[in-house]
Amino acid sequence: MDIAGALSADHLKFLADGFMVTLYIAFISIVLSFIVGILLGTLRYAKIPVVSKIVAVIIETIRNTPLLLIIFFTFFALPEVGIKLSVTVAAILALTVFESAMLAEIVRGGLNSIDKGQIEAARSSGLTYIQTLWHIVMPQALRRMIPPIVSQFISLLKDTSLCVIIALPEFMHNAQIIYAQNVNYIFPIFFVVALMYFIVNYCLSLIARRLESKQA
Amino acid sequence: MIDFSILIDNWDTYLEGFKNTIFASLIGLVGSFVIGVIVAVMRIAPIKPLNWIGTVYVEFIRNIPLLIIAFFFYVGLPAIGVTLPGFVAGTIALSIYTASFIAEAIRAGIQSVPKGQMEAARSSGLTYLQAMRLIILPQAIKIVIPPIGNQFINLVKNSSILGMIAGLDLMYFGDIVSSHTFVTFDVYIFVALFYLVLTIPLSLGVGYLEKRLARSH
Repeated sequence: MDIAGALSADHLKFLADGFMVTLYIAFISIVLSFIVGILLGTLRYAKIPVVSKIVAVIIETIRNTPLLLIIFFTFFALPEVGIKLSVTVAAILALTVFESAMLAEIVRGGLNSIDKGQIEAARSSGLTYIQTLWHIVMPQALRRMIPPIVSQFISLLKDTSLCVIIALPEFMHNAQIIYAQNVNYIFPIFFVVALMYFIVNYCLSLIARRLESKQA
Repeated sequence: MIDFSILIDNWDTYLEGFKNTIFASLIGLVGSFVIGVIVAVMRIAPIKPLNWIGTVYVEFIRNIPLLIIAFFFYVGLPAIGVTLPGFVAGTIALSIYTASFIAEAIRAGIQSVPKGQMEAARSSGLTYLQAMRLIILPQAIKIVIPPIGNQFINLVKNSSILGMIAGLDLMYFGDIVSSHTFVTFDVYIFVALFYLVLTIPLSLGVGYLEKRLARSH
């Protein structure tokens, strides 16, 4: 083992660059997924004839497909039908598609958790269905969605590592480049990378738990 | 349109990957269940050092990517002279990773049984282990089955990671078919369908169990 060599200043900086890419890609993806997830989740919740069924099929299909396959597909298969994306865009697209389906279920769960009596009360006091959703159900549901969304973000940070398959210069990818130079670097690098993921994700999970216990 | 001749011409290759994906998932399920039970017991046993070990395992493993664990066994261990085939390394990694989630599900299930029951069992003369086996676990198992089912679905999907370490699974053989046929799009649509054949019935089954067990409470 060569701890000093593995963790030289250059290497640490290279790892930090990778980690920033991981954070950046994960953050953009979760924001985009939140928007799409709200839309899909609400459509599925609203039980609109045909539309809700179609949305349900889309969500379930994506949720039940491995993310690795989706990442692979956006970068290697889409060019065959004329859609050529850069590595970054392909990564964001794949993560957004997958996470949108996950967040749609969190959104639906949040909406379902609101007492039906409130909808009836709002409707009978003259609000339309859309108004009821927007003013009564959604604001309360959003608060309940925050802890599971933070948990989902933890998954996303971990899953971003799968983008090594398309050579996105993220944390794991940069780590690979370093330990590929020298067998003696492998263990120190693995340790640092795992530790870094652990620290960030553990802090996030503490936040999620705190938010959850505050609401309970 | 999707070219079905790819599926028909390479049926055996796909099937080989499909079988290995099922194998890896089943071995991973058994492995992660065994480790998960041990870790869950460590976390709730009335012995402090065991609690700590259990907690460290769960918190560390579930907060790092599965990929690191898989690479550790496939790339890391050869550095100290232990070389594992991709399938073995991947399946071990899947078991270790999924175990942290299963341990949490089991712990939550056991702790959802009211404390008074353990106290009652203990004061009527049962040992801790007897009380656990005869009173607590039979009740906890009902609560624990749906989340374990969900973890199994994740396990099946996560087994695709074998494709990155030459683990001979669906992803791996998908790559082989696509390098034979020079087609990527259609080849991976079929790979996805093979996964869905496994995961969709599992999801429906778990959803059904969740509803039924929720009603019986």
